[in-house]
Order: sequence, then C-alpha cells, then structure tokens
Amino acid sequence: MMRRVVLILVPYLWLLALFLVPFAIVLKISLSDIELSIPPYTPQLDLSEGWEGIKAFFAALDFENFVFLTEDDLYWKAYLSSLQIAVISTVLTLLVGYPMAYAMARAPNHWRPTLLMLVILPFWTSFLIRVYSWMGILSTEGYLNQLLLSLGLISEPLLILNTNVAVYIGIIYTYLPFMILPIYSALERMDDSLLEAAEDLGCSRLTAFWLVTLPLSKNGIIAGCFLVFIPVMGEFVIPSLLGGSQTLMIGKVLFEEFFNNLDWPVASAVAVILLLILIIPIVLFQRNQQKTREAER
Amino acid sequence: MPETKFAPWTDPNEKPLIQFRNVTKRFGTFTAIDDQSFDIYAKEFFALLGPSGCGKTTMMRMLAGFETPTEGTILLGGRDIAPIPPNKREVNMMFQSYALFPHLSVRDNIAFGLKRDKLPADRIAARVDEMLKLTRLEKFASRKPHQISGGQRQRVALARSLAKGPKLLLLDEPLGALDAKLRQDTQFELMDIQEKTGTTFVIVTHDQEEAMTVASRVAVMDDGRIVQIATPDEIYEAPNSAYVADFIGDVTLFSGTAMNRAPEAEPIQETAEAGTEAAPEEAENPETETVDTPKAVTDIGVPVEPEAPISGEPDAPEPARAEPAPAAAPAKAARGPQPNRMGLWLHDKLWAKVFGPRTDIVRQLPPPSDAERTLKSAETEPVSAETSRAPGGGITIDWAEGQPPLIALDGPEVKDGQQVQLALRPEKVGISKTKPDAVNALKGKVIDIAYLGNLSTYHVELENGMMIKAQLANTRRISRRDITWEDEVWVSWTGTAGVVLTS
Repeated sequence: MMRRVVLILVPYLWLLALFLVPFAIVLKISLSDIELSIPPYTPQLDLSEGWEGIKAFFAALDFENFVFLTEDDLYWKAYLSSLQIAVISTVLTLLVGYPMAYAMARAPNHWRPTLLMLVILPFWTSFLIRVYSWMGILSTEGYLNQLLLSLGLISEPLLILNTNVAVYIGIIYTYLPFMILPIYSALERMDDSLLEAAEDLGCSRLTAFWLVTLPLSKNGIIAGCFLVFIPVMGEFVIPSLLGGSQTLMIGKVLFEEFFNNLDWPVASAVAVILLLILIIPIVLFQRNQQKTREAER
Repeated sequence: MPETKFAPWTDPNEKPLIQFRNVTKRFGTFTAIDDQSFDIYAKEFFALLGPSGCGKTTMMRMLAGFETPTEGTILLGGRDIAPIPPNKREVNMMFQSYALFPHLSVRDNIAFGLKRDKLPADRIAARVDEMLKLTRLEKFASRKPHQISGGQRQRVALARSLAKGPKLLLLDEPLGALDAKLRQDTQFELMDIQEKTGTTFVIVTHDQEEAMTVASRVAVMDDGRIVQIATPDEIYEAPNSAYVADFIGDVTLFSGTAMNRAPEAEPIQETAEAGTEAAPEEAENPETETVDTPKAVTDIGVPVEPEAPISGEPDAPEPARAEPAPAAAPAKAARGPQPNRMGLWLHDKLWAKVFGPRTDIVRQLPPPSDAERTLKSAETEPVSAETSRAPGGGITIDWAEGQPPLIALDGPEVKDGQQVQLALRPEKVGISKTKPDAVNALKGKVIDIAYLGNLSTYHVELENGMMIKAQLANTRRISRRDITWEDEVWVSWTGTAGVVLTS
C-alpha cells in the first residue's frame, strides 16, 4: 500500500514541480500590472506576510491584461497566423517525413541503425547554430542562390530568407526527426506478412499500402503530427531568425512583449492563452498514445 | 472408410492439380530447392514435413507466388503459374503468424479478399456469414483480432484464406502458436473443414505428429530435396531411408553388415490362424508384460506351442537357426497384424474379463507400392516374438562384436557384406526380466524410464554401450510395474519388426 502511494506520488510531484508551479507563477504575473521596478510588475504575492499578503493580492486582482489582448488585433492575428503556420508546416513535415520513415522501415535490417543515427545526428549540434546556418544557405548571396545561378536555372537570386517560405523550410528541417521517429517505429513494428497476406487476398501493392500500411501507421502519424504541431505553435527562434517582418507568430510576439517592452504581465497573459489553446491537442495526443499502448497489449 | 479409398496418386488416369517439374530455387549461391518434381492431387491434404531450413517454406512461397523458381516450372491445373502474380492466383495462404489485419474486425478480415474482387455487398455478406459459421466464429464477428484468443485467431485466419474459395490453400505451420491440447483439437477441425470444403490443402510443418494426423500424404524434406512422399502409415512403417525413419517418430538404428540367410527349407505351412482377420493391438501388451512372470509363461507356453521350447529352459536356441516354425509361420493370406493362437487364447481366456471382448478392427497398411518392396513379407505381427525359431529367408545383420547378429525377415534385397541399417520403433520392442523366446533378444540395463502417462519408454543400455528404446503401454497402474532403473532386462523383437534400410 505504502509502495503504491509512493509510486503514484513521484510522477505527481514531478508534474507539480515542473509544470503546475511554473504555470501558477506565470498565471500570477499575468494577473498583475506593469510597473517600472524589479521585477517589473505589481502587486507581488508576498506569502511571507501570510494572510494579509494574499488579501492584498486579491484586492488588486483584475483581468485587464487579458482584456487588452482582445482589444489589440495584433494578438489574435498572431494566434491565427501561428495556427496556420503550424498546420501547414505539420502537413508539409508529414509529406516529407512519411516517405523517409517508410524507406527506413523497408531498408535492409543492417542499414536501419545507421539511418536512424542519421536522423538523430542533427541533435548533436545546437539548434540555434543550425538555424543560423540556414540563413547562410537561403540568403540572396547564400549557397542555394549561388548554386542555382551557376547552374543557370535562375538569372536573379531568389528572395527566400526573411519570408514565410524560409520559416517553413526551417520548421520542416528542425522538426523532421519528431515526425520520422514515431512513424518509423509504427512501420517497423508492422509484420511484413500482413502485406503478403493483403497481396495474397487480391490487393495490388498500392492498394495494400492504402488498406494496410497506412491504417497501421495511423497512430505513428498522429503522434508525429502532434510532436510537430505543439512546439511549432509556440515557435519563436525560427520565425525571428528566418522570417521577415510580415511573419507573425505568437512566440515572436511573446518574446517582444517580454524582452523589448518589458511588459511581463501581458507576455504572461499571451503565454497563458497559448497554453490553453495547446491543451486541446496535448490531451488528444495523450489519448492517442494511450490507445496505441492498449492496442499493443 | 472413405479415407482409405482416397488415393488419387495411385491412379495413373488422375490428373494432378499441381505439378512441380524439375523446380530449383536458389538464393544467391544457396540452393533452397534442388531439382524437385512431384505432383499434388485435387482434394489432397498434402504435408511438407522437415526441419527448419529444409526448403519447405520456400516450396510453399513459390506456390503462393512470393517466390519464383530459378529453374523448372510449377503447373496449377496444367497452367504454368510463374507469370501470375500472387494477387491473381487462385491460391490462398494461411500465414504462420496468421497475419490478421489488426485494424479490422473479424468480419472485415474475412471479407477483405472478397471486397477486392468487387463482389456485390450482399454476396460478400453471405459468404462471410458462411465462413463464420464454418469456423464457429459468429459470436466474435465484430471483435478485433487482439480481443480474441489464439485459437480463435487461427480460425479467423483459416476463414479468411478460405473465403475466396481458392483451388489450393496453403497452410504455413498453422498450429505452431497453439498449445498442445488446442492443437490436437484444431488438427481434427482442420481435417473436418478440408473435407467439407473439398479444397486442396498443402500444409508446411516441422511437427511430424501434426503432419501424420492431418495429411493424406506426407513429403519428408531434407536439405532442399524431398526424401520420401507417402501416406503417413507407410512413412512410419516403411521409411525408405535412415533419415526418414529417424525424423518420423522415435527409432533405434543398428548399423551393420548384412548376410543373406538360407531360404525356407519347406514351404510355409498354413496354420489354423492364418485366415483369421483379428489382431487386437492389446495382444501385444499381455505379451510384453507377462513374459516376466513365470507362471504366465508356463500357462501360455505349454498349451499353445508344445513344440516350442519353454521360456524357462536354459540356453534358448540361437535365433539364427533357420528351422521352419510352423506354429508361428507368417500368414501369407492376411495383410494386417494378426495375433497367433496364443494371443487369441490369452485374450479370450484372460483379458476379455478385464478389457472386454477383443475388437476385430484392424488398422491396415496399404500394400507397399514400391517395386523394391515386393520382397517384404506381409507379416508384421509383433506377437510372434514369442517364437525362437525364425522362418528362413531374410538377412542377418552383424552389428557389434560379441553380440548375436540381428535377424530381419523382410526388407529389400541385399548383397552379402552390404552395409545396412535396421530401424526399430520402440513400440515394437518388448522388454522383460527373463530371457524371452524371441527371434531377436539382447541383454541390457535400464538407464532411464520416461513416463509419459499412457506410455513408458525404457532406455536400455546394451552390453556394448548402445542405447535402445523400448516402449510399453501403461495398461497397469504404475505401482504394479516391476521393471525399474538399473534392472538387468532383455529387449526383444520379431524378425519383421525392424525395417532394413540400405540408404
């Protein structure tokens, strides 16, 4: 009995320390007002003053930062734009990642560890450096334009950097492993004899893929899509480095509120809303994972 | 019995459904199938039996279309099937892993092949219902494969592969994943369904018991070649090589030099029991179990065979003596095992009170088809182990220094001095504490007793160190059996119990 309690307690304590407490702090800041001080907001919940502190905090409580978010159309446009970019880049990542995962799962057994290694290898360098190097590739004097010019395919350098195209390229590049790995693991688990059985029962190769392979990798696809969609939604580095002024993403807005405007309460409110938006796909993702585990049992 | 009549392979006018013509399959430098030609007939239950890696699965995959022969042709109903892809063949396969689609319900799994044929929905539904009924799966139709038991999954796989009504159904180790008890039941179910649907089944298995149970004919494979194709009983009783004898069931192999024995001095006398068509299997048990009780021996020995020496007599005659023994002479007219007069007497007087009247049902071997087996005497009666006087003919096998030569009365023609092997099934070997009056009797010591419930197998070490297995049916309760570890015993068998193998 005691052991069971401890076993359950550990993950809950973990969640409490690493998720709920930070979230409570952010929520608290989002409910306060901006002020030129350190830290730059007021009131502060001073628990050392005990009950009086809590009373003082609640006396000053209002939701003006959240109201502000609805007044300025920058914010909801940024949310929508982020949503759009996240959806499009998730679909694009899936289109690029699925064939790669499929090829890996169909590769001869002795090749698979190497291919898997190649997928994971980019993680060995800093994400920031990799995104910076894309600037070197995509800029007007970058390697890509030089190559295309020297091949005579284009007469004028293409404007890629600082557009949404560059953002998509960056996102697909960065998040590809998160798409490939769950799909690969679903495809790799699949029994090859299922395809033979489908063929034996009258399927062509293509219909066998459509009727057997695809449905069986469904959970991998869903997992991969969430793993891409959720972080891309709040992505800040890629749009700020590769995107242009017209690239509107909520992560970038949040960063600017926080560091440029030093408006911590509004930034926190943005973060709270973003989290609330993301809770839906996160819950769906968890449910999918659970279903996968149950099906395996 | 209809099974015994079903033998299209003996009918030269019968057209085989499948013909392998000099089929060779190589993977790189490895030869999986080595120049094989054989036929499979419609409605047959044909088993490919062999150890793993012998090429049996390759053979099956070539039939299904997943592999193409490197050389030679495979004909299905007279047509070369090499250019037909697997999805166009009238051949369906039941996979070893069952390969059920985990995302589809039982019903959809069974309907999968039918839907590919673009049949109207009502016909598909009717056919699926028929299959569900055949395999008794109606209750589970809407479940997913992971929600049903292994045995039910096996039936779904069978139903799915039968749904399209293939000319040929391939079964790849279909019962490998089931536990022993379920496997047995399923074997009979398979036979039942095969009979009901009239489909030709080809089964691949490494389990000889399974092959023997279900198949009408068994092809024993080794190393890319088929060593023997025959009915299960023929393969067991008349293996054509030491490999087959060893692979099918338990066997003790004696290697030695053959010498032809002097033929019969006088023609065999027809004896009173020659025409009797009765051979209760039980007759063997009293023999092997009563020899060690002197009273029984005298009881039996005196009234029945007054001319034969009594067992208790010292220096039992050399088995090699080629004197005719009229009382136990092989009955030429009858084919099946027959009890001799002593066996009948023993049964009617003694065992009938315990076991009831003897049944006259005899499981008979089909007549040996091979020409080289014409020499084989029809007599396969184990009870005649009681006689010390072997009839003439046959061969002796010198197999070890200081051991009496073994006598085999039937078997192929051999030259003097030829190396042969004598294959001996444990159930044909008797075991007793006193020297039995048998054609072949060897002394040894019990090393191990494997108690299997219905049977006990005694591992007896002969004086020269060779191990021989003897099997007894446990018709008595365990406390009453008196042969135990380290006991000095005699193992004995008749002149026709062993099979002489020249290869």
